[in-house]
Amino acid sequence: MRRVFWQGLKILVFIISLVPVSLLLYDAFTDQLGANPIETLHFRLGDWALRFLCLGLAITPIKKMTGIKELVRFKRLLGLYAFFYASLHFLVYICLDLSFSMDQLMDEIPKSPYIIVGLITYSLLIPLALTSTKKMQKRLGQKWRRLHRLVYLIAILAVVHYLWLTKIDITEPLIYMGVIGVLLGFRMIKFRGLQ
Amino acid sequence: MKFQKIPAIKSSEITEQSIFENRRQLIKLAMVSTVGLLVPTPSMAKIYSKIPSGKQSVNLETTDFKDVSNYTNYYEFTTNKQDATHLAKNLKTDPWSVTVEGEVEKKGTFFLEDILKNNALEERIYRFRCVEAWSMVVPWIGFSLADFIKQFKPTSKAKFVEFTTLYDPEIMIGQKTKVLDWPYVEALRMDEAMNPLTFMATGMYDDALPNQNGAPLRLIVPWKYGFKSIKAIVKIRFTEKMPVTAWNKMAKKEYGFFANVNPEVSHPRWSQKRERILGASIFTPKRTTEMFNGYGEQVAGLYSNMDLKTFY
Repeated sequence: MRRVFWQGLKILVFIISLVPVSLLLYDAFTDQLGANPIETLHFRLGDWALRFLCLGLAITPIKKMTGIKELVRFKRLLGLYAFFYASLHFLVYICLDLSFSMDQLMDEIPKSPYIIVGLITYSLLIPLALTSTKKMQKRLGQKWRRLHRLVYLIAILAVVHYLWLTKIDITEPLIYMGVIGVLLGFRMIKFRGLQ
Repeated sequence: MKFQKIPAIKSSEITEQSIFENRRQLIKLAMVSTVGLLVPTPSMAKIYSKIPSGKQSVNLETTDFKDVSNYTNYYEFTTNKQDATHLAKNLKTDPWSVTVEGEVEKKGTFFLEDILKNNALEERIYRFRCVEAWSMVVPWIGFSLADFIKQFKPTSKAKFVEFTTLYDPEIMIGQKTKVLDWPYVEALRMDEAMNPLTFMATGMYDDALPNQNGAPLRLIVPWKYGFKSIKAIVKIRFTEKMPVTAWNKMAKKEYGFFANVNPEVSHPRWSQKRERILGASIFTPKRTTEMFNGYGEQVAGLYSNMDLKTFY
């Protein structure tokens, strides 16, 4: 019974996590993305990547505080959704914003360091997504744990990417920075406690 | 040295607070009722129909009204381009007056109504390029700034003209935050202001300006980045020294005084070589940005002996 409940909840979370991308598709087909649709797609996908990253990072602290061990099941799901939204964010940039133009990328990169930070952040996510299966986890053993600690660096880089590109009103990136700071702080205390 | 003693104010002379606080409404009420007795006021929409096209107008396909009116940088209200549309609805643009001061013979405060009577409206279709690398084409309605300025007879000391936006944090709630040093100030060199392209807009798309697009009176300088085209102007001052402008004050390295559209001079954080066309389909690539936003023929001469990499 318990098993069925958690299995059901996982399916529910899986479906709910598709809502943001469905809404974007709906807005795209009903011409509701506004005057600058590429920017809307790009920003909203980036926001969701960051939100899923935060949710994934929040699992362990919440598990520790509440003692609900089953929460661990959601970690990979949320992490993979962060990767999913980050991938769409990346693809919108390459395919729509740049229109696959290498010239344009070369013009933009030296001027916009946040693009490099974004690209690094995304490329760091790839090995984590590829090694997210149970099989890989077993095969890599201790190495897997170390590899997946990269997620903290990814979270920091993602916020730096956001903060750097913001023109003037940095309230939102600061909120993410705060959330990630708290979550990282929690982990640091935990690591200390283990020593 | 003698000081004149200031007589105490009798309590009977003190204006009641409620009257003082509502003075604008009272004045407006008085004006409306007086005018109403004399002539039926024509609706604003009427004056914006059948506007002749100006000489400076460029024959381009205009951006959809819904895109132009729902994607505005109006930090007096919010830094969100969509939310500005409904937040700006709270702004009362009628009655409106503009104060003219500084190095000018005919100083004073003038009602917009009178300004509109003295300046024949024309339509000008212009490209508009934002410093954020997006662009649109807008059919503005208004009058030439040069013709307008001549009416005030600037003195020989007038080297610059400075514009100030309304400061009213109760309505312009973005002014409660310190994103910029309010009120917003922009300025032009006198020769830039007198260029035939420079325009004062009071309308667009055959109607009065929507509030979020800078109603009731805004500047349009089509060869410069959009932030030069200041909105909701309440003051025009002629000066000898170069005025300190809002964005330039905020971030000197990112926003120069001249702010001419220039694909060769990047913003420190992004390239200015291309621009996203508002309202275009998601598969439309960016447009290559033109020097002076395509108005080089008319304005390049203004900067002939200036290094535009230094004076960006």
